[in-house]
Amino acid sequence: MHINRLIPILLLNNESLVKTARFNNFSYIGDPCNTVRIFNELEVDELLFLDINSSREGRAPNLSILSDIANECFMPLGYGGGIKDSEEAKKIFDIGFEKVSINTNAFLKPHLITDIAKIFGSQSLVVSIDYKKNLFGKYSVYIKSGRKNIKLHPLDWAKEVENRGAGEILLTSINKEGTWSGLDLELIDQVVDAVNIPVIAHGGVGSVDHINNALSNQSLSAVGLGSLVVFQKKDMGVLVNFPDRSKIIKKLV
Amino acid sequence: MIVIIDYGMGNLGSILNMCKFLNIEACISDDVESIKNAKKIILPGVGSFDTAMERIKKNGMQEVLNIKALEEKIPFLGICLGMQLLTNGSQEGSLPGLGWIDAEAIKFPESRVLKVPHIGWNEAKSVKSDLMVKGLLDNSRFYFVHSYFVKTNNNDNSLMKTKYGVTFDSAISKANIYGFQFHPEKSHKYGMKILKNFSEI
Repeated sequence: MHINRLIPILLLNNESLVKTARFNNFSYIGDPCNTVRIFNELEVDELLFLDINSSREGRAPNLSILSDIANECFMPLGYGGGIKDSEEAKKIFDIGFEKVSINTNAFLKPHLITDIAKIFGSQSLVVSIDYKKNLFGKYSVYIKSGRKNIKLHPLDWAKEVENRGAGEILLTSINKEGTWSGLDLELIDQVVDAVNIPVIAHGGVGSVDHINNALSNQSLSAVGLGSLVVFQKKDMGVLVNFPDRSKIIKKLV
Repeated sequence: MIVIIDYGMGNLGSILNMCKFLNIEACISDDVESIKNAKKIILPGVGSFDTAMERIKKNGMQEVLNIKALEEKIPFLGICLGMQLLTNGSQEGSLPGLGWIDAEAIKFPESRVLKVPHIGWNEAKSVKSDLMVKGLLDNSRFYFVHSYFVKTNNNDNSLMKTKYGVTFDSAISKANIYGFQFHPEKSHKYGMKILKNFSEI
Protein backbone atom coordinates (compact mmCIF):
# COMPACT_ATOMS: atom_id res chain seq x y z
CA MET A 1 0.00 0.00 0.00
CA HIS A 2 1.63 3.17 -1.19
CA ILE A 3 0.79 5.96 1.20
CA ASN A 4 -0.07 9.35 -0.29
CA ARG A 5 2.27 11.96 1.12
CA LEU A 6 1.01 14.92 3.11
CA ILE A 7 3.78 17.47 3.32
CA PRO A 8 3.77 20.45 5.67
CA ILE A 9 5.16 23.36 3.65
CA LEU A 10 6.83 25.55 6.24
CA LEU A 11 7.66 29.13 5.40
CA LEU A 12 10.82 30.63 6.81
CA ASN A 13 11.41 34.33 6.91
CA ASN A 14 15.08 34.10 7.72
CA GLU A 15 15.01 32.84 11.33
CA SER A 16 11.27 32.80 11.95
CA LEU A 17 8.54 30.51 10.83
CA VAL A 18 5.68 32.47 9.29
CA LYS A 19 2.49 31.82 7.39
CA THR A 20 1.09 33.90 4.60
CA ALA A 21 -2.25 34.27 2.86
CA ARG A 22 -2.12 34.77 -0.92
CA PHE A 23 1.63 35.35 -0.44
CA ASN A 24 0.93 38.37 1.83
CA ASN A 25 -0.19 39.12 5.40
CA PHE A 26 2.60 37.39 7.31
CA SER A 27 1.61 35.82 10.63
CA TYR A 28 4.36 34.76 12.98
CA ILE A 29 4.15 31.05 13.82
CA GLY A 30 7.17 30.47 15.98
CA ASP A 31 10.71 29.27 16.22
CA PRO A 32 11.43 26.81 13.38
CA CYS A 33 13.26 24.26 15.53
CA ASN A 34 10.54 24.05 18.18
CA THR A 35 7.83 23.74 15.57
CA VAL A 36 9.71 21.07 13.70
CA ARG A 37 10.19 19.08 16.88
CA ILE A 38 6.40 18.79 17.15
CA PHE A 39 6.09 17.66 13.52
CA ASN A 40 8.78 15.10 14.19
CA GLU A 41 6.83 13.71 17.14
CA LEU A 42 3.72 13.60 14.96
CA GLU A 43 5.78 11.49 12.50
CA VAL A 44 4.76 13.52 9.49
CA ASP A 45 5.64 12.14 6.06
CA GLU A 46 8.07 14.81 4.99
CA LEU A 47 8.86 18.48 5.56
CA LEU A 48 9.57 21.15 3.00
CA PHE A 49 10.99 24.50 4.12
CA LEU A 50 10.80 27.53 1.90
CA ASP A 51 12.60 30.72 2.78
CA ILE A 52 10.18 33.08 1.13
CA ASN A 53 12.33 36.18 0.90
CA SER A 54 15.83 34.86 0.37
CA SER A 55 15.78 35.07 -3.42
CA ARG A 56 14.39 38.61 -3.38
CA GLU A 57 16.78 39.76 -0.66
CA GLY A 58 19.72 37.85 -2.13
CA ARG A 59 20.35 35.93 1.11
CA ALA A 60 22.08 32.55 1.20
CA PRO A 61 20.32 29.62 2.93
CA ASN A 62 20.49 29.69 6.73
CA LEU A 63 22.56 26.53 7.17
CA SER A 64 22.72 26.69 10.93
CA ILE A 65 18.94 26.41 11.37
CA LEU A 66 18.73 23.71 8.69
CA SER A 67 21.49 21.75 10.33
CA ASP A 68 19.73 21.83 13.73
CA ILE A 69 16.61 20.49 12.02
CA ALA A 70 18.45 17.66 10.24
CA ASN A 71 20.12 16.55 13.47
CA GLU A 72 16.85 15.52 15.02
CA CYS A 73 14.34 14.96 12.24
CA PHE A 74 14.62 11.52 10.68
CA MET A 75 12.32 11.99 7.75
CA PRO A 76 12.63 13.36 4.24
CA LEU A 77 13.59 17.02 4.36
CA GLY A 78 13.60 19.58 1.61
CA TYR A 79 14.70 23.19 1.47
CA GLY A 80 14.08 25.98 -1.00
CA GLY A 81 15.06 29.61 -1.06
CA GLY A 82 17.98 31.44 -2.59
CA ILE A 83 19.73 28.41 -4.11
CA LYS A 84 21.75 29.85 -6.99
CA ASP A 85 23.98 26.97 -8.04
CA SER A 86 24.85 23.32 -7.49
CA GLU A 87 27.49 24.18 -4.86
CA GLU A 88 24.85 25.81 -2.71
CA ALA A 89 22.62 22.77 -3.21
CA LYS A 90 25.48 20.50 -2.10
CA LYS A 91 25.74 22.38 1.19
CA ILE A 92 22.08 21.60 1.86
CA PHE A 93 22.55 17.92 1.01
CA ASP A 94 25.69 17.61 3.16
CA ILE A 95 23.87 18.56 6.35
CA GLY A 96 21.28 15.81 5.84
CA PHE A 97 18.55 17.28 3.66
CA GLU A 98 17.91 15.23 0.53
CA LYS A 99 15.86 17.59 -1.56
CA VAL A 100 16.27 21.14 -2.68
CA SER A 101 13.56 23.25 -4.19
CA ILE A 102 14.12 26.00 -6.72
CA ASN A 103 11.67 28.47 -8.16
CA THR A 104 12.91 31.94 -9.18
CA ASN A 105 16.35 30.67 -10.14
CA ALA A 106 14.88 27.77 -12.12
CA PHE A 107 13.54 30.43 -14.48
CA LEU A 108 16.37 32.99 -14.32
CA LYS A 109 19.18 30.43 -14.69
CA PRO A 110 18.10 28.05 -17.45
CA HIS A 111 20.84 25.51 -16.68
CA LEU A 112 20.21 25.21 -12.96
CA ILE A 113 17.61 22.43 -13.12
CA THR A 114 19.76 20.28 -15.39
CA ASP A 115 22.92 21.03 -13.39
CA ILE A 116 21.44 19.90 -10.09
CA ALA A 117 19.66 16.90 -11.63
CA LYS A 118 22.84 15.70 -13.36
CA ILE A 119 25.04 15.90 -10.28
CA PHE A 120 22.65 14.84 -7.53
CA GLY A 121 19.89 13.04 -9.45
CA SER A 122 16.38 14.17 -10.34
CA GLN A 123 14.98 12.71 -7.11
CA SER A 124 16.81 15.47 -5.22
CA LEU A 125 15.16 18.34 -7.06
CA VAL A 126 11.71 19.81 -6.50
CA VAL A 127 10.84 22.63 -8.87
CA SER A 128 8.36 24.95 -7.23
CA ILE A 129 5.82 26.62 -9.50
CA ASP A 130 3.70 29.47 -8.14
CA TYR A 131 0.85 30.59 -10.34
CA LYS A 132 -2.13 32.94 -10.40
CA LYS A 133 -5.40 32.89 -12.24
CA ASN A 134 -6.45 36.41 -13.19
CA LEU A 135 -9.95 37.89 -13.36
CA PHE A 136 -10.34 36.73 -16.95
CA GLY A 137 -9.48 33.15 -15.97
CA LYS A 138 -6.01 33.32 -17.51
CA TYR A 139 -3.25 31.37 -15.75
CA SER A 140 0.28 32.67 -15.33
CA VAL A 141 3.44 31.60 -13.49
CA TYR A 142 5.00 34.05 -11.02
CA ILE A 143 8.53 34.12 -9.62
CA LYS A 144 10.18 36.21 -6.86
CA SER A 145 7.69 35.17 -4.17
CA GLY A 146 4.72 35.88 -6.41
CA ARG A 147 5.88 39.37 -7.40
CA LYS A 148 6.91 38.88 -11.03
CA ASN A 149 4.72 37.50 -13.79
CA ILE A 150 6.80 35.50 -16.29
CA LYS A 151 3.83 35.11 -18.66
CA LEU A 152 4.01 31.34 -18.96
CA HIS A 153 1.10 28.97 -18.47
CA PRO A 154 1.82 26.68 -15.47
CA LEU A 155 1.08 23.63 -17.62
CA ASP A 156 3.75 24.60 -20.17
CA TRP A 157 6.28 25.46 -17.49
CA ALA A 158 5.58 22.15 -15.70
CA LYS A 159 6.30 20.16 -18.87
CA GLU A 160 9.40 22.24 -19.48
CA VAL A 161 10.87 21.68 -16.00
CA GLU A 162 10.15 17.95 -16.30
CA ASN A 163 12.08 17.87 -19.58
CA ARG A 164 14.98 19.68 -17.99
CA GLY A 165 15.25 17.10 -15.21
CA ALA A 166 13.03 18.10 -12.28
CA GLY A 167 12.18 15.15 -10.03
CA GLU A 168 9.01 16.59 -8.54
CA ILE A 169 6.83 19.65 -8.93
CA LEU A 170 5.45 21.70 -6.06
CA LEU A 171 2.44 23.43 -7.58
CA THR A 172 1.18 26.38 -5.55
CA SER A 173 -1.88 28.47 -6.32
CA ILE A 174 -1.20 32.01 -5.14
CA ASN A 175 -4.94 32.81 -5.22
CA LYS A 176 -5.67 29.90 -2.91
CA GLU A 177 -2.68 29.95 -0.57
CA GLY A 178 -3.68 30.56 3.05
CA THR A 179 -7.39 30.82 2.25
CA TRP A 180 -8.66 27.46 3.63
CA SER A 181 -11.00 27.36 0.60
CA GLY A 182 -9.83 24.11 -1.02
CA LEU A 183 -7.26 23.30 -3.69
CA ASP A 184 -7.43 24.49 -7.29
CA LEU A 185 -8.39 21.03 -8.55
CA GLU A 186 -8.96 22.09 -12.12
CA LEU A 187 -5.37 23.07 -12.79
CA ILE A 188 -3.89 20.40 -10.52
CA ASP A 189 -5.63 17.67 -12.53
CA GLN A 190 -4.37 19.15 -15.80
CA VAL A 191 -0.77 19.30 -14.61
CA VAL A 192 -0.81 15.88 -12.96
CA ASP A 193 -2.09 14.31 -16.15
CA ALA A 194 0.43 16.14 -18.32
CA VAL A 195 3.64 15.16 -16.50
CA ASN A 196 5.08 11.83 -15.42
CA ILE A 197 6.89 13.08 -12.32
CA PRO A 198 5.22 13.36 -8.90
CA VAL A 199 3.25 16.54 -8.23
CA ILE A 200 2.70 18.07 -4.79
CA ALA A 201 -0.55 20.08 -4.89
CA HIS A 202 -0.44 23.10 -2.61
CA GLY A 203 -2.53 26.11 -1.71
CA GLY A 204 -5.92 26.25 -0.06
CA VAL A 205 -6.22 23.05 1.97
CA GLY A 206 -8.55 23.76 4.90
CA SER A 207 -9.88 20.30 5.71
CA VAL A 208 -9.38 16.57 5.31
CA ASP A 209 -12.12 16.62 2.67
CA HIS A 210 -10.08 19.04 0.58
CA ILE A 211 -7.14 16.63 0.75
CA ASN A 212 -9.23 13.63 -0.22
CA ASN A 213 -10.95 15.50 -3.05
CA ALA A 214 -7.55 16.15 -4.58
CA LEU A 215 -6.28 12.62 -3.95
CA SER A 216 -9.33 11.14 -5.66
CA ASN A 217 -7.22 11.80 -8.75
CA GLN A 218 -5.05 8.70 -8.30
CA SER A 219 -2.23 10.25 -10.30
CA LEU A 220 -1.64 12.95 -7.69
CA SER A 221 1.28 11.97 -5.44
CA ALA A 222 1.23 14.41 -2.58
CA VAL A 223 -0.57 17.34 -0.99
CA GLY A 224 1.20 20.29 0.59
CA LEU A 225 -0.29 21.62 3.82
CA GLY A 226 0.14 25.12 5.22
CA SER A 227 -2.44 26.86 7.40
CA LEU A 228 -4.15 23.58 8.29
CA VAL A 229 -1.10 22.28 10.17
CA VAL A 230 -0.05 25.48 11.94
CA PHE A 231 -3.38 27.03 13.00
CA GLN A 232 -6.21 25.76 15.17
CA LYS A 233 -8.81 26.87 12.67
CA LYS A 234 -9.26 29.70 10.20
CA ASP A 235 -8.67 33.06 11.95
CA MET A 236 -7.60 31.34 15.16
CA GLY A 237 -4.32 30.95 17.00
CA VAL A 238 -1.24 28.87 16.29
CA LEU A 239 -1.54 25.14 16.87
CA VAL A 240 0.93 22.77 15.29
CA ASN A 241 -1.03 19.67 14.27
CA PHE A 242 -1.41 17.03 11.57
CA PRO A 243 -4.50 15.37 10.05
CA ASP A 244 -5.58 11.93 11.22
CA ARG A 245 -3.81 9.62 8.80
CA SER A 246 -6.58 6.99 8.91
CA LYS A 247 -8.97 9.49 7.27
CA ILE A 248 -6.75 10.02 4.21
CA ILE A 249 -7.34 8.08 0.99
CA LYS A 250 -4.66 5.51 0.21
CA LYS A 251 -3.42 4.68 -3.23
CA LEU A 252 -4.42 1.25 -4.42
CA VAL A 253 -1.43 -0.47 -5.88
CA MET B 1 33.25 1.44 14.67
CA ILE B 2 30.85 1.52 11.74
CA VAL B 3 32.40 3.07 8.65
CA ILE B 4 29.97 4.84 6.31
CA ILE B 5 31.62 4.77 2.92
CA ASP B 6 32.02 8.09 1.18
CA TYR B 7 32.49 7.52 -2.53
CA GLY B 8 30.85 10.74 -3.63
CA MET B 9 27.39 9.24 -4.03
CA GLY B 10 25.35 11.50 -1.83
CA ASN B 11 23.58 11.85 1.43
CA LEU B 12 25.83 10.53 4.14
CA GLY B 13 25.01 13.28 6.61
CA SER B 14 21.61 11.89 7.49
CA ILE B 15 22.93 8.38 8.25
CA LEU B 16 25.62 9.84 10.50
CA ASN B 17 23.00 12.07 12.17
CA MET B 18 20.89 9.04 13.03
CA CYS B 19 23.92 7.08 14.33
CA LYS B 20 24.80 10.02 16.58
CA PHE B 21 21.23 10.19 17.83
CA LEU B 22 21.37 6.46 18.70
CA ASN B 23 24.84 6.77 20.26
CA ILE B 24 26.25 4.39 17.67
CA GLU B 25 29.93 4.92 16.95
CA ALA B 26 30.26 5.72 13.29
CA CYS B 27 32.36 7.76 10.92
CA ILE B 28 32.31 8.76 7.27
CA SER B 29 35.39 7.77 5.31
CA ASP B 30 36.69 7.51 1.77
CA ASP B 31 40.04 6.17 2.90
CA VAL B 32 40.80 2.56 1.98
CA GLU B 33 43.05 2.13 5.04
CA SER B 34 40.32 3.05 7.52
CA ILE B 35 37.82 0.92 5.63
CA LYS B 36 40.25 -1.99 6.15
CA ASN B 37 39.91 -1.48 9.92
CA ALA B 38 36.11 -1.21 9.93
CA LYS B 39 34.11 -3.51 12.21
CA LYS B 40 30.96 -2.88 10.21
CA ILE B 41 30.33 -1.10 6.93
CA ILE B 42 27.43 0.92 5.58
CA LEU B 43 27.40 1.50 1.83
CA PRO B 44 24.92 4.30 1.12
CA GLY B 45 24.25 5.70 -2.31
CA VAL B 46 22.06 7.95 -4.38
CA GLY B 47 22.72 8.38 -8.08
CA SER B 48 23.43 6.23 -11.09
CA PHE B 49 24.60 2.61 -10.98
CA ASP B 50 27.59 2.86 -13.33
CA THR B 51 28.94 6.05 -11.76
CA ALA B 52 28.79 4.33 -8.38
CA MET B 53 30.58 1.21 -9.62
CA GLU B 54 33.24 3.28 -11.38
CA ARG B 55 33.98 5.08 -8.13
CA ILE B 56 34.10 1.83 -6.15
CA LYS B 57 36.59 0.43 -8.62
CA LYS B 58 38.94 3.35 -8.00
CA ASN B 59 41.80 3.17 -5.47
CA GLY B 60 41.32 -0.54 -4.78
CA MET B 61 38.10 0.04 -2.85
CA GLN B 62 36.30 -2.90 -4.48
CA GLU B 63 39.03 -5.37 -3.44
CA VAL B 64 38.89 -4.12 0.15
CA LEU B 65 35.09 -4.37 0.22
CA ASN B 66 35.28 -7.93 -1.14
CA ILE B 67 37.70 -8.92 1.62
CA LYS B 68 35.64 -7.26 4.37
CA ALA B 69 32.31 -8.73 3.25
CA LEU B 70 33.25 -12.14 1.83
CA GLU B 71 36.38 -13.18 3.78
CA GLU B 72 36.21 -11.34 7.10
CA LYS B 73 32.41 -11.51 6.90
CA ILE B 74 31.81 -8.31 8.87
CA PRO B 75 28.22 -7.03 8.96
CA PHE B 76 27.67 -5.08 5.75
CA LEU B 77 24.67 -2.86 5.02
CA GLY B 78 23.85 -1.39 1.61
CA ILE B 79 21.18 1.31 1.48
CA CYS B 80 19.19 2.35 -1.61
CA LEU B 81 21.64 2.35 -4.54
CA GLY B 82 24.07 0.74 -2.06
CA MET B 83 21.69 -2.24 -1.96
CA GLN B 84 21.45 -2.45 -5.74
CA LEU B 85 25.26 -2.52 -5.97
CA LEU B 86 25.28 -5.81 -4.02
CA THR B 87 23.57 -7.53 -6.97
CA ASN B 88 24.84 -8.84 -10.30
CA GLY B 89 23.88 -5.65 -12.11
CA SER B 90 21.18 -3.19 -13.07
CA GLN B 91 19.18 -2.33 -16.17
CA GLU B 92 20.28 1.23 -15.44
CA GLY B 93 23.89 0.53 -16.32
CA SER B 94 26.23 -1.78 -18.14
CA LEU B 95 28.83 -2.43 -15.44
CA PRO B 96 28.53 -5.53 -13.28
CA GLY B 97 27.64 -4.99 -9.63
CA LEU B 98 29.53 -6.43 -6.66
CA GLY B 99 27.70 -9.70 -7.31
CA TRP B 100 27.52 -10.79 -3.68
CA ILE B 101 23.81 -11.56 -3.84
CA ASP B 102 22.26 -13.27 -6.85
CA ALA B 103 19.79 -10.60 -7.94
CA GLU B 104 19.25 -7.87 -10.50
CA ALA B 105 17.92 -4.31 -10.44
CA ILE B 106 15.06 -3.78 -12.87
CA LYS B 107 13.30 -0.59 -14.01
CA PHE B 108 9.75 -0.04 -12.77
CA PRO B 109 7.20 -0.16 -15.58
CA GLU B 110 5.90 3.29 -16.60
CA SER B 111 2.44 4.09 -15.30
CA ARG B 112 0.30 7.20 -15.15
CA VAL B 113 -0.91 6.46 -11.64
CA LEU B 114 2.16 4.82 -10.11
CA LYS B 115 4.71 7.43 -11.02
CA VAL B 116 8.37 6.56 -11.38
CA PRO B 117 10.51 7.14 -9.35
CA HIS B 118 8.65 5.44 -6.53
CA ILE B 119 8.86 8.30 -4.04
CA GLY B 120 7.18 8.10 -0.68
CA TRP B 121 6.17 5.93 2.22
CA ASN B 122 5.29 2.32 1.76
CA GLU B 123 4.97 -0.84 3.78
CA ALA B 124 7.62 -3.54 3.82
CA LYS B 125 6.85 -7.00 5.15
CA SER B 126 9.55 -9.29 6.50
CA VAL B 127 9.55 -12.62 4.70
CA LYS B 128 12.13 -14.35 6.87
CA SER B 129 13.21 -14.01 10.46
CA ASP B 130 16.50 -12.27 10.94
CA LEU B 131 18.11 -10.12 13.64
CA MET B 132 18.04 -7.14 11.28
CA VAL B 133 14.24 -7.09 11.10
CA LYS B 134 13.65 -8.13 14.70
CA GLY B 135 11.15 -6.07 16.70
CA LEU B 136 9.77 -4.04 13.78
CA LEU B 137 6.36 -2.59 14.56
CA ASP B 138 3.33 -3.95 12.72
CA ASN B 139 2.42 -0.57 11.30
CA SER B 140 5.99 0.11 10.12
CA ARG B 141 6.32 2.31 7.08
CA PHE B 142 9.45 3.31 5.27
CA TYR B 143 10.59 6.06 2.92
CA PHE B 144 11.48 4.99 -0.62
CA VAL B 145 13.04 6.89 -3.52
CA HIS B 146 14.01 4.72 -6.49
CA SER B 147 13.35 4.04 -10.17
CA TYR B 148 14.81 0.50 -10.20
CA PHE B 149 13.82 -2.35 -7.93
CA VAL B 150 15.73 -5.44 -6.89
CA LYS B 151 14.56 -8.92 -7.80
CA THR B 152 16.39 -11.84 -6.22
CA ASN B 153 16.96 -15.01 -8.22
CA ASN B 154 16.91 -17.09 -5.06
CA ASN B 155 14.00 -16.32 -2.75
CA ASP B 156 16.11 -17.33 0.28
CA ASN B 157 17.91 -14.01 -0.19
CA SER B 158 14.72 -11.98 0.08
CA LEU B 159 14.32 -10.36 3.50
CA MET B 160 11.42 -7.94 2.99
CA LYS B 161 8.87 -7.41 0.25
CA THR B 162 6.98 -4.32 -0.86
CA LYS B 163 4.30 -3.71 -3.47
CA TYR B 164 4.33 -0.78 -5.87
CA GLY B 165 2.55 -2.06 -8.95
CA VAL B 166 4.93 -5.01 -8.85
CA THR B 167 5.98 -6.82 -5.68
CA PHE B 168 9.72 -6.44 -5.23
CA ASP B 169 12.45 -7.24 -2.71
CA SER B 170 12.67 -4.16 -0.51
CA ALA B 171 15.36 -5.82 1.61
CA ILE B 172 17.75 -8.63 0.77
CA SER B 173 20.23 -10.57 2.85
CA LYS B 174 22.76 -13.33 2.63
CA ALA B 175 24.73 -14.27 5.75
CA ASN B 176 26.46 -11.07 6.95
CA ILE B 177 25.38 -8.97 3.94
CA TYR B 178 22.21 -6.85 4.00
CA GLY B 179 20.61 -4.47 1.56
CA PHE B 180 17.65 -2.13 2.14
CA GLN B 181 15.98 -0.30 -0.71
CA PHE B 182 14.28 2.24 1.54
CA HIS B 183 16.05 4.81 3.69
CA PRO B 184 16.10 3.70 7.34
CA GLU B 185 17.76 7.03 8.21
CA LYS B 186 14.71 8.88 6.84
CA SER B 187 12.00 6.61 8.25
CA HIS B 188 11.34 7.90 11.75
CA LYS B 189 11.44 5.31 14.55
CA TYR B 190 10.63 2.51 12.10
CA GLY B 191 13.92 2.93 10.28
CA MET B 192 15.79 3.76 13.45
CA LYS B 193 14.98 0.26 14.68
CA ILE B 194 16.79 -1.23 11.68
CA LEU B 195 19.90 0.85 12.21
CA LYS B 196 19.81 -0.07 15.90
CA ASN B 197 19.53 -3.76 14.99
CA PHE B 198 22.51 -3.37 12.68
CA SER B 199 24.57 -1.85 15.49
CA GLU B 200 23.73 -4.85 17.69
CA ILE B 201 24.43 -7.76 15.34
